[in-house]
Amino acid sequence: MHTLLKTLINKMKDKKTTNKKSFQLEIASKMHSAKLKQKTTGPAYAWPMGIWFTIFFIVPILIIICYSFMKKDMHGGVQKVFTLSAYKSIFAKDNDTGKFIYLPILFRTLWMTIISTVFSILLALPCGYAIARSKHQTMLLILVIIPFMTNSLIRIFAWQTILGQDGLLNQIFKFFEIIWHFITGNKDWAFVPHKFMYTKAAVILVNIYMYLPYAILPIFTSIDRFDFSLLEAARDLGATKFQSVIKILLPGIKSGIVSSIIFTFIPIFGNYTVPQLVGSTKSYMLGNIIMDQIQKARNIPLASAFSVLLTIVTMIAILFMLASDKHEKNLKKQEKNNH
Amino acid sequence: MEFLSSLIIEKLKKKSPKSENFRHAKSNWKKRAVAFSYSNFILCLTFLFLYIPLFVIIIFSFNKSEGAKLTGFSFRWYEELFLHSGSLWMSLFYSAVVAFASALIATILGTLAAIGISWYRFFGRNYIQSVSFLPMVLPEVIMGVSLLIFLSGINMNLGLTTIIIAHATFCLPFAYLMVSSRVDEFDYSIIEASHDLGATEKQTLFKVIIPAIMPGIVSGFMMSITLSIEDFVITSLVNGNVETLPIFVYNMIRHGVSPVINSLSFVLILIICFIAILLRKGLKSFAAAH
Repeated sequence: MHTLLKTLINKMKDKKTTNKKSFQLEIASKMHSAKLKQKTTGPAYAWPMGIWFTIFFIVPILIIICYSFMKKDMHGGVQKVFTLSAYKSIFAKDNDTGKFIYLPILFRTLWMTIISTVFSILLALPCGYAIARSKHQTMLLILVIIPFMTNSLIRIFAWQTILGQDGLLNQIFKFFEIIWHFITGNKDWAFVPHKFMYTKAAVILVNIYMYLPYAILPIFTSIDRFDFSLLEAARDLGATKFQSVIKILLPGIKSGIVSSIIFTFIPIFGNYTVPQLVGSTKSYMLGNIIMDQIQKARNIPLASAFSVLLTIVTMIAILFMLASDKHEKNLKKQEKNNH
Repeated sequence: MEFLSSLIIEKLKKKSPKSENFRHAKSNWKKRAVAFSYSNFILCLTFLFLYIPLFVIIIFSFNKSEGAKLTGFSFRWYEELFLHSGSLWMSLFYSAVVAFASALIATILGTLAAIGISWYRFFGRNYIQSVSFLPMVLPEVIMGVSLLIFLSGINMNLGLTTIIIAHATFCLPFAYLMVSSRVDEFDYSIIEASHDLGATEKQTLFKVIIPAIMPGIVSGFMMSITLSIEDFVITSLVNGNVETLPIFVYNMIRHGVSPVINSLSFVLILIICFIAILLRKGLKSFAAAH
């Protein structure tokens, strides 16, 4: 829920400042901000929030960064000694089998996240396009939002009912198999339930389900703002429909696609509930390791090290997005200067 | 949801798109009759994908037996939900308390900060702004884990207070954003006028600024409440013994599923649809008034 809303709000703000603010208003606001520099009321308004975030967000994050460099003690606490052992144990090997313990989970998290993100975007592109083109945008948007507003655990539970041992999907399969065996006349046959739940495929499917709206909404906003006369021009100049979409539409909505990718990638990468409830230990992801280390193994330094890793990946993704935004803005500026 | 409403209002209000050409092209594009196209087809499939789980839940909530097989129609699980699920309603009560308290904290701090950051330049302004952006983008697990370690580090007992602190922290950025998008639209000369007419800072705040940015404050508050009621991951780390609704549901799913969840879900889905439709009607009248 979180991140997506933020982008959209930002997008809307952009629109407002570029489209609506008149020149005079801008000058007036500049003048008063110059005047306000001497005032002292600003800090009194803003610092309560600043202090709250510092205490309950920044300090805790700094603490886990420190803890990730410390040693685990016997009672589930930490010894205040500097060591890199937590980071080393990310690469730890199992004593019996000689295989890496955590590395496969990290790689699995990465590829499962990438697959889920790619599928979400591939679904979201035509959906965003169809919604932007439709006459009933508001209706369709509300339809996208409703499942998204339902409690996430309830939606996961719904998938359990569908995918489970004698869930809906298995019953449908059973029905068709009965018909098939009736036609072929095979009598000594018993239905073996298919295994849908507790597989990697189930985790990927439910991840796509959970985060699809995150992908659709940014793409929708960027397509909605896209200048459709460009598409017409392309068609007039002889491009096929496919060419005009690939060469005109997709580059035009690049920033929307990038934010969609980021805002599906980040939450899926740090996801905990989906692999926990529809996956098995064979489809555990990074979030599950962190929670396990905190709740069961009580190895705080290791959990902190994994959290730092997750934070770094997230930060890289965000910086990537900001960079592509900046790049686009620069291009637009250059265009303006050229004219 | 509130965010959606603002998005839609924005869309309805939008009267001056980029250019004449832009508008013509777009309206031409829209005038075409709804015909079969790949994008519409995929949209329909996606809606099926999005709604099938919800329908499954609704159907199973009227199921007679406990298992995953449909055996007959009954209101058994609704009876159970409304009459025999004391602990469920208790968890809902806790959720409501947490949501209200944390939304209140988040909205008050967020409103003040929005006013301060939009209109004043001072030391630490950039810091506060960028810090308020971070909780929205970091995965929930990290925020939960770091808060848990911090709270146990200062020997705070986990319980209702810690849940409220955690929720207020992750709701605050949204409340701030909602209010600040409203404050940005606000004409500062009105405040100068109130100062010129002799109002003190406090009078200006309560009689001029807050009434003017009320819509932003209300949507920030509502948004915080929805986020707070939704949250599971962070709550499950800092909750101690207190069970909020998502935690109750999670425990139900983990230890022997009871179909009561189905009936509860249907009630929740109904409420959400109701809000959505209400919002839509409100939007239409809003658009007509302009």
